[in-house]
Amino acid sequence: MNAEIRPVKTAAEIGLTDLFAAARKDLPGGSSTEAIRSDAFDRFAAQGLPHSRVEAWKYTDLRRLVRDAKPLAPRPEAIANPAAREAGAVFAGLGVRRLLIVDGAFIPELSDLAGLEAGVRIRATVGALEADEMVLPLEVAGTDPVAALNTAFACDGVVITVAANVVVERPIHLVFVTTGAAPAAMFTRSRLELCHRASLTLVETHEGPAQSDYQVNTAMQMDIGDKANLDHIKITSEGAAALHLATLEASIGAGANYREFGFTTGGAVVRNQLFLRLAGEGTIVSVHQASLLAGRQHADTTLTVDHAAAGSQSREVFKAVVDDEARAVFQGRITVQPGAQQTDARMMARALLLSDEAVANCKPELEIFADDVQCGHGTTTGALDDQLKFYLMARGIPEKEAEALLIQAFVGEVIDAVAREDLRDALSRTMHDWLEGRE
Amino acid sequence: MTVLLEIRGLKAEIDGRQILNGLDLTVNKGEIHAIMGPNGAGKSTLSYVLSGKPGYEITGGEVFFNGEDLLAMDPDERAAKGLFLAFQYPLEIPGVATLTFLRTALNAQRKKRGEEELSSPDVLKRVRELAKQLSIDPEMLKRPLNVGFSGGEKKRNETLQMALLEPKLCVLDETDSGLDIDALRIVADGVNRLRANDRGMIVITHYQRLLDYIVPDVVHVLSAGRIVKTGGKELALELEATGYAQYQSEAA
Repeated sequence: MNAEIRPVKTAAEIGLTDLFAAARKDLPGGSSTEAIRSDAFDRFAAQGLPHSRVEAWKYTDLRRLVRDAKPLAPRPEAIANPAAREAGAVFAGLGVRRLLIVDGAFIPELSDLAGLEAGVRIRATVGALEADEMVLPLEVAGTDPVAALNTAFACDGVVITVAANVVVERPIHLVFVTTGAAPAAMFTRSRLELCHRASLTLVETHEGPAQSDYQVNTAMQMDIGDKANLDHIKITSEGAAALHLATLEASIGAGANYREFGFTTGGAVVRNQLFLRLAGEGTIVSVHQASLLAGRQHADTTLTVDHAAAGSQSREVFKAVVDDEARAVFQGRITVQPGAQQTDARMMARALLLSDEAVANCKPELEIFADDVQCGHGTTTGALDDQLKFYLMARGIPEKEAEALLIQAFVGEVIDAVAREDLRDALSRTMHDWLEGRE
Repeated sequence: MTVLLEIRGLKAEIDGRQILNGLDLTVNKGEIHAIMGPNGAGKSTLSYVLSGKPGYEITGGEVFFNGEDLLAMDPDERAAKGLFLAFQYPLEIPGVATLTFLRTALNAQRKKRGEEELSSPDVLKRVRELAKQLSIDPEMLKRPLNVGFSGGEKKRNETLQMALLEPKLCVLDETDSGLDIDALRIVADGVNRLRANDRGMIVITHYQRLLDYIVPDVVHVLSAGRIVKTGGKELALELEATGYAQYQSEAA
């Protein structure tokens, strides 16, 4: 007899079930969307919160890390809220087009929608759902339970469309900010459709109050057309007690050039999961990620890069600087499908541990079903080099400054991958601030 | 004459192995001292102990630098007080541009001494002048520190750092190793330009050749962790002819 062993539901799982039962009728979208949400929630409920025996979540056990379910955030009184207005300061003064998503809701009144370039369309996710013009299920992310939860609960976000051949010079900045004093849950869903030969720089920042243990589940779905050009930068600097679960799925067309950059400094528990499918031939993708962690932070980057067509190239570089009792997780898998010949894929993960209690779990994987490919992966974990530190100190540089210089050098390689100089400088400043904050 | 560095009965060990064994040495301002000796005599250990490299345990003796207890200071403090070690094997630091490193070091020292920090253009100007004297390609200053530099380029870069930081005591550890004759001449010229009445130098070398270019006032023979003989510059020539064998047996 086979008995299926079902673990006892956690308080958070029970809370999410109650939350969905109470909220489902009020979530945006017509009856077909409601059915999709119910399916997605059932898919989540069948698995429950992922835990360490689920391979993709091996090092990030949400059954343990998520203690309860928070109520859905009420629609904010954002217009008079200074925290909302000042959010995303890291890219202030760079002339970016700011779109504000406050407590999970897109606020057009606080967003810069004037003088939109011809061929660029920006709308709220809630509007697209109500008009039945948005498809919620995440395909590339498959059966992932956190992505399923996002589909079940997604309330609002931004939908951006860039028409074919349109080159958008001005970067678009999605400013996600949590302002509520009472801990709440925010489920946001955004979508980018970048058509044939279109070009865009898209920046995302995520932040919130330090004291509140709010919960963010955010997802971005991208459809990147043939020969399109995208720079995507995501900065996760949530409040110190926050939970941040982010899913990015992208389908990338033939001959497209896609540069992904991720930078994580804030949040108690952070999971950035990226599901990239190189769907067409001759696509070039680079993914650079850096995490700077301290205290008892836990940050997980899990990446799957699926080479589905021939002649494409991908580069993945992950760097983590881990201090105190923090933990960095990197799981990366490159899959080369049958027929994806001449794939050229390389993945490297490096962790720098600044204390004896710091932990890094790095797990790069290759899964290759074609026979004419070049693939490689590697990982290193180590402490700061004492010899190098001594060399700097022997020139008069104090110990903390010498360490900062070496840490900057370590992370610098990743930041250098950002194409635009002004954005690169802003990221360097963020790194600087983090280093200054080390005591 | 004013005493710059005074080492009395210095004993040091690493990993439980005694390397310096009661070393005495006095360097006055304006003097160049050569320290010669066989491999394993403790030459590099002396340079590391003076500059404060972690891992060495001082088991006896004392060191005064301008009258202050040198051994009580951290390496960066020693540098700010004017001690400079030119490394035998300069380290490569990927990701740190040479110029950034030079500016950071110079201003860190100035800050510690209570002097005003220099602006980037001012530092650049001084570095460029010195680079020219040492035949260093200005493009090299943009590259990561010592990464991909040849042996000669690394030693010229060390000399550049020394000239920029204007130390009171220069310790040159086997500066001639890995240098061809042209590079040796450039580096030696750079060092000689730094000779000054208020500056002392300790030139550590295995071979006499370097001392043709950097002419010392005093030559010491170091063997088994102690100075076993001291003489004028002619001692170096004598050593070249006879080798170190007699001193090794003496020490044993």
